[in-house]
Amino acid sequence: MRVLLMTLRAALRALRRNKMRSGLTTLGIVIGVAAVIAMVSIGRGANVAVQQQIASLGTNLLMVIPGATTSGGARSGWGGVSTLTVRDGEAIRSDVPAAEDVTWFKRAIAQVVYGDTNWSTSVQGTTASYSTVRQWPVAKGSFFTQRDDTTANRVAVLGQTVVDNLFGPGEDPIDATIRVKDVPFRVIGVLARKGQTTWGQDQDDVVVMPFGTAERRVLGTEILGSVDMIWVTAASQHDIAAAAEQVTLLLRDRHRIQPGQDDDFTVRDLNEMAQASVSASQVMTRLLLAVASISLLVGGIGIMNILLVSVTERTREIGIRMAVGAKSRHILLQFLVEAITLSFVGGLGGVLLGVSTARLVSTLAGWPTLISPGAVLGSLLFSGAVGVFFGFYPARKAARLDPIAALRYE
Amino acid sequence: MPAPLVEARDLWKVYELGDMRVEALRGVTLSIDAGEAVAVMGASGSGKSTFMNLLGCLDQPTRGSLRFAEHEILEASADERAEIRSREIGFVFQSFNLIPRTSAIENVELPLVYAGVSAVEQESRAREALRAVGLAGREHHTPSQLSGGQQQRVAIARALVNRPRLLLADEPTGNLDTRSSQEIMEIFQRLQRESGITLVVVTHERDIATYLDRVITFRDGEVISDLRQTAVRVEASA
Repeated sequence: MRVLLMTLRAALRALRRNKMRSGLTTLGIVIGVAAVIAMVSIGRGANVAVQQQIASLGTNLLMVIPGATTSGGARSGWGGVSTLTVRDGEAIRSDVPAAEDVTWFKRAIAQVVYGDTNWSTSVQGTTASYSTVRQWPVAKGSFFTQRDDTTANRVAVLGQTVVDNLFGPGEDPIDATIRVKDVPFRVIGVLARKGQTTWGQDQDDVVVMPFGTAERRVLGTEILGSVDMIWVTAASQHDIAAAAEQVTLLLRDRHRIQPGQDDDFTVRDLNEMAQASVSASQVMTRLLLAVASISLLVGGIGIMNILLVSVTERTREIGIRMAVGAKSRHILLQFLVEAITLSFVGGLGGVLLGVSTARLVSTLAGWPTLISPGAVLGSLLFSGAVGVFFGFYPARKAARLDPIAALRYE
Repeated sequence: MPAPLVEARDLWKVYELGDMRVEALRGVTLSIDAGEAVAVMGASGSGKSTFMNLLGCLDQPTRGSLRFAEHEILEASADERAEIRSREIGFVFQSFNLIPRTSAIENVELPLVYAGVSAVEQESRAREALRAVGLAGREHHTPSQLSGGQQQRVAIARALVNRPRLLLADEPTGNLDTRSSQEIMEIFQRLQRESGITLVVVTHERDIATYLDRVITFRDGEVISDLRQTAVRVEASA
């Protein structure tokens, strides 16, 4: 034990004697470990963000939009000719067994005025089931009801961004009267904050009102009953595929599309999209991790190289140590400790650098990062193992030196 | 008559270098008593260095018998020989062989590190050894800050710090001027007188051999003469 302590001291002293060299040698490990930690942090952060976005969209959701996104020619996808109608939505509600609930909306950009402030936002006319289908509860007040829709009541529910832009801090928007395209609306609720979509759109920048009210008083539609999007929830995760198929068949039938002809609508499974982006980011993380591991490997080879040089340089010292009574295992231990110290210190430096890089990336680029204790501990252990692995050969070479030859070495 | 400290009987050392067979030692028989001061002389290639290496347990004999105190070196493993070096033998080399950029006291502590002596005792014994060779106050000088004679005295302190029974010096004055050489020989004689250590000095200089009690001469791997003499005493230098 005492010898071990002394060996550690001797190793540290030898490393201190060549500060520049030791520093440069550890740099490979520092960069390797820093890369691993930064990559894992950014990758995990991205995954968590995507998973939160899945949750924010609502679970088991299908999105039906007008127009085909897959076909060529002159057809357009989003926002093209509105081929979906309220009756399509009602048909899905009554005829698709795998669908649990349905909502639809029609939207337009409109100026919203409160007092002397105004804000341009997306005004959506929708059904009373919107809040439950999108799993988007109100934070304050209440959502409108089926009755509000049928009687075309002038009530509105605001997203948080709209509240932030129209009302002063601490001002209660409930029961306030806002004007949308000069039509007065009573604010009856505020939606909970939902955040951005995967494609960076602020979901909270919205005013929601009953479909009938919107159609008649705000949107000024030429074709009554057309909708911009239909949302369908499946009863469970296993019903999503069935629901998508049933919706497609029903709409093809209702739109009288002949076999072989393209759909004039698109059904999208949001979970699938989100999961695809999760697995894409996982693949990315793994690739970056592989690159980072190569840098660790190169760092390890650097340590081995420097130790081999060091063993040659200090051959005489090794001879002296043997002459005064060092056994081969003492010499082995000394060089092994040097290797492990180099790689472990490199590992520690790498953890610091990696964590600060991850922090810096989240501050500067605004990417979410999540520093995982597992990755930190793992890279520290791994860098120690790199030291043992790459230090063993030079250390054994030193320990096997013949004391007489080592003493004579010039 | 005390029991001999070292006893070599028909000691052979043969090196095989490819097809070449070099007989470095050819049946050496001799014994050295505890407390003797012996000079080992001979031209280069005479086998004196090989004999020193065997005596110092740095190498293993090919055949014959080499007893050091109660140990048979022929049968000792590398670790056992390291153990004997650690406890029983101190080395002094021609080129001092101090570890560079390491303070005098740390160099002297080195044998104690491998003998497993506590840090506190290491320091006090190393200080004591440096004082014994007249280097009190130079504990924290590195070899490059010391003169050749001073470096060799650090090496002697290192050789003695673990209180060995045998001090082996290989051309200890080879790199020193006459004055420093005399100082070193004076220290050797004083140590031998005070602690009764056994001293074996390899040298090719006749006048160095005159400071010792006995001169063993090697040629072609054999002992050709073994003479006792009255050692010249070095005047204690100021």
